[in-house]
Amino acid sequence: MSALIESDVAALVQAAIEKHGRNPDAFIPILSEVNHVFGHVPGDAFREISRQLNIEGGRVNVVESQLYGLASFYDMISTKPRGRHVIKFCENAPCHVVGGKAVWDTLQETLNLKNGETTPDSKWTLVTTSCLGLCSVGPVLLVDDDMYGNVTPEQVTDILERYE
Amino acid sequence: MKTKRAMILVSNDPESIRLGANEVVQHLNEALASYDLQDEVDVSTISDVGYSNILPLVIVYPDTVVYGPVKASDARYLVEEHLYKGRVVNDLLAPPKALTGPIGFLRGHKGYNPAEQRVVLERAGRIDPESIEEFISANGYEALGKALSELTPEGVIEIIEKSGLQGRGGAGFPTGRKWRFVRGAKGEKKYVVCNADESEPGTFKDRLVLEGDPHLIIEAMVIAGYAIGADEGYIYIRGEYGLAYQHLETAIAQAKEYGFLGDNIFGTDFCFNIHVHAGAGAYVCGEETALIESIEGKRGEPRSRPPYPTTNGLWDKPTLVNNVETLANIPPILRNGADWYKSLGTPSSPGTKVYTIMGNVNFRGVIEVPMGITLREVINIYAKGMKPGSILKLAQTGGSSGSIIPADLQDTPMDFESFRKAGVSLGSGALLICDQHTCIVDLVKVLLQFFRFESCGKCTPCRVGAQRIYEITKRLTQGQGEIADLDIALDLISEMERTSNCGLGQTAGTAFRGMMTHFREEVEAHILNRVCPTGVCSMDPETAQSDYIFITQEK
Amino acid sequence: MINLKINGKEVQVPEGTTVLQAAGQVGVTIPTLCNHPDLHATGGCRICVVDVKGWRTPMASCTLPASEGMEVETHSPAILKSRKTILELLLANHPRDCLTCDVGGSCELQDLSYEYQVQVPEWGTKGTRYIADSDPNPFVRVDMNRCIQCTRCVRACTEIQGRFVWTMAERGFDTHPVPGADTDMLDARCESCGACVAYCPTGALSDKMSYGQGRTHQVKKVMTTCTFCGVGCQFELNVKDGRVIRVTSTEEAPVNGNHLCVKGRYGYDFIHHPDRLVKPKVRRYLIEGKKKKTKGKPWEWVETDWDTALDLAARKLHDVRTNFGADSIGVLTSAKCTNEENYVMNKFARQVLGTNNIDHCARL
Repeated sequence: MSALIESDVAALVQAAIEKHGRNPDAFIPILSEVNHVFGHVPGDAFREISRQLNIEGGRVNVVESQLYGLASFYDMISTKPRGRHVIKFCENAPCHVVGGKAVWDTLQETLNLKNGETTPDSKWTLVTTSCLGLCSVGPVLLVDDDMYGNVTPEQVTDILERYE
Repeated sequence: MKTKRAMILVSNDPESIRLGANEVVQHLNEALASYDLQDEVDVSTISDVGYSNILPLVIVYPDTVVYGPVKASDARYLVEEHLYKGRVVNDLLAPPKALTGPIGFLRGHKGYNPAEQRVVLERAGRIDPESIEEFISANGYEALGKALSELTPEGVIEIIEKSGLQGRGGAGFPTGRKWRFVRGAKGEKKYVVCNADESEPGTFKDRLVLEGDPHLIIEAMVIAGYAIGADEGYIYIRGEYGLAYQHLETAIAQAKEYGFLGDNIFGTDFCFNIHVHAGAGAYVCGEETALIESIEGKRGEPRSRPPYPTTNGLWDKPTLVNNVETLANIPPILRNGADWYKSLGTPSSPGTKVYTIMGNVNFRGVIEVPMGITLREVINIYAKGMKPGSILKLAQTGGSSGSIIPADLQDTPMDFESFRKAGVSLGSGALLICDQHTCIVDLVKVLLQFFRFESCGKCTPCRVGAQRIYEITKRLTQGQGEIADLDIALDLISEMERTSNCGLGQTAGTAFRGMMTHFREEVEAHILNRVCPTGVCSMDPETAQSDYIFITQEK
Repeated sequence: MINLKINGKEVQVPEGTTVLQAAGQVGVTIPTLCNHPDLHATGGCRICVVDVKGWRTPMASCTLPASEGMEVETHSPAILKSRKTILELLLANHPRDCLTCDVGGSCELQDLSYEYQVQVPEWGTKGTRYIADSDPNPFVRVDMNRCIQCTRCVRACTEIQGRFVWTMAERGFDTHPVPGADTDMLDARCESCGACVAYCPTGALSDKMSYGQGRTHQVKKVMTTCTFCGVGCQFELNVKDGRVIRVTSTEEAPVNGNHLCVKGRYGYDFIHHPDRLVKPKVRRYLIEGKKKKTKGKPWEWVETDWDTALDLAARKLHDVRTNFGADSIGVLTSAKCTNEENYVMNKFARQVLGTNNIDHCARL
């Protein structure tokens, strides 16, 4: 990790701790914030979070292994680098029965990716996700924070073209 | 408050926003300003009202005219015609067929649209969720005032017990009894936890409440805190619900400002604070002990029970965990009384139930109806029938862990009691309606894929069992199934039901079992004839690939 | 006190006792895998499930508190079948390498499979998912293919050693222990105490130095006290063909139980090291009875027998004491000696030599 990013992580972690506090109930929100900014939680960030939580005024003692255990458990936090844009496709039954599989196949073909993979140019990462609670407009896919409902295979290219 | 002669509501659920709801609001405001109507007409937003084809939706009150879909370019014309000249814009009207629920009612299509009975979703979609004034003017915080000024904590619990309210998280445990347990538990410090980790696929009722009526949950939690003797509460909301999280944060700040939350609520000695805690994507955290572990900053692995959260919950203190829909029933019950509540629904399952309807039907969305209506009624009346060309093959109730209901069981009343007798589970209220083009094996494979992905991995039966049943089902879809596999799977499922640590593993095989009970012939066709009767499954061994990359060990 | 019935036998236990412990009291052994008496119980593996009257499903006895009037069945046919299924599930993706596995014969999974006569099921994941011997730690051999996700390594590292090296990562079928943020053990602050190895019920974590050198039933175990410091930890030297091939800890050790530090568990290679002194050595000029010289090789160490060496030492001490007085001698003892040895040295200094100049390295 470059020196620039390292100081970024430190500042980000500090801000997250100020916002969410130092108690154990802040661990997941802090990891989520780091994940939101970097797209994943880099290895050094675990150590940085534990370092900052354990210094002055820290009521908790947490080490990077525990934080890694958390991050890898929760689906919205990634421990591996992802592309600039992450496509999350709902693979659950309500989207599946209204034509989700065709959309998923088209996505895989168009991007030439399988579930969990990232394109060589680091533009796209394609993952499946569990239900997003938007079942009334399924099939649903999420590009970064943008939600697309009632998606048809024909719309896939159009949606992908919106992103740089 | 200034008197306004009209109000315009624009839907701002995620789908509407994507389709330009924010631009519509902006253009409406500009248009109003250009006609100098800005002081007479208010523009506000409503959250998801459960419609999908007519978004963004614009409702003009007090006439209650519903327009949709409305584009930003329509805004100026709409303001000029409707609000300046006073004429309804027929071109932009939402098709009457698309309307249901309270909006449909107000629009005057009685007789065409079925009667919904909205208790939980009473305000969702009708008030601005970011305005506490609108909530208060719609009887908000009235129940809390009544509880704190007229009732003892014991009195509150008595009313809830008398109402017969059962937990809406799926298990149907009597709410009043749970409250009494926590009230009776030893300990100075107690917690109220609202389970808003609504992750059951096909369920989004809690999202509608949280996005559209966040104060309702705050009010209910404060009442619960008063009744059980707690001064702190957590709302565990799933990480995917960003908008609901924002609305809750706003609502909490407003409630504090108004003295409905914080110290000395309503001028009494009672104090209560609420934290909103966002999850990070784990279905299993809907299980109450996993949820508690997750708040405590641990992996969301369910604890062994007993002891139960009612005595050893959050931070090992007595904790009341209630689902959003359960809590949403509390204020209306206190306002209207236990007898009113019991008059809704069936004697064994009082009240209403919010269902989310999905699948191959004409209307997909949310309805709130009394307990005990049948699946046939839901499909033919509320869901406006199957899609053209579709015939009902099966329905799945209660999300992924729910039961498969074949078409011939569609007249069973949907309440906890009748469903229990029929051996199916009502679950979270998700109703997935599937037509004749759905292959049961393919559907079950998708459901099992979900469980193997969402199993927490703590206990052996669920961690490995879910993977095994998934593999067996997947082999069926690839034309590689064996008859012997079916018995192995059923045997595994019954052991998972017996020995899994929590409901996830215990219910993971429900759909598979339902498939074998009701659709055995179709499954056997996949094995004996190597044919998928609906033509959905590839039946191609070539596509059989392992889900895992195996490592060749270097010698 | 709480009264309950286990397999029809009345048993009385204090409040807070688990059903598993209560069963032990009446001589009923319930099999366990993830449970260990030294560690916090989690109820994960489910092998210890028992039938409890009034409960819909069997309960994990390791976490179930005994309660008044409880009626427990530990070995009903249905329970035996459930245990068999759980073992099958654990074996379904376990490598078929028991023939070459180091812990064959001392593997809890193997023992239970034998007891319940479980065959490795046909269905299951074929192939291995993790690299064998994946960690560069010089003492601990990691093979996650053999892991049964009991989390004993995580709890041992957390609750006994307090190093928090291991954590469970991922979820579902992918759940497995990793060190730190998925790095290697030493990078994750590991002190190589080997507690995780001691508590691992299978061959997932084993001793690297002795890997392939001998299994439990092939060795003679000799209980001894550690010589590295004065704590007095005890452990078993595993001796095969006259050589110490491994050290194993045992709960029977009164001071330390299963716990050892890196030196005790892995610092045994000195025993058969070619450089190790096994006979006393003295300076050549002393053995030749000559004066110190600076030319030639009079300073050279030469091997001798104990009598010669001790005689020389005694004579020299006597000379010094006679010529310069007892206080010209000082005695420094070692933390690597036992209490008894240090006591003897104390007597020797004060009563034989007649000086109070005695100290101990632990004070330095």
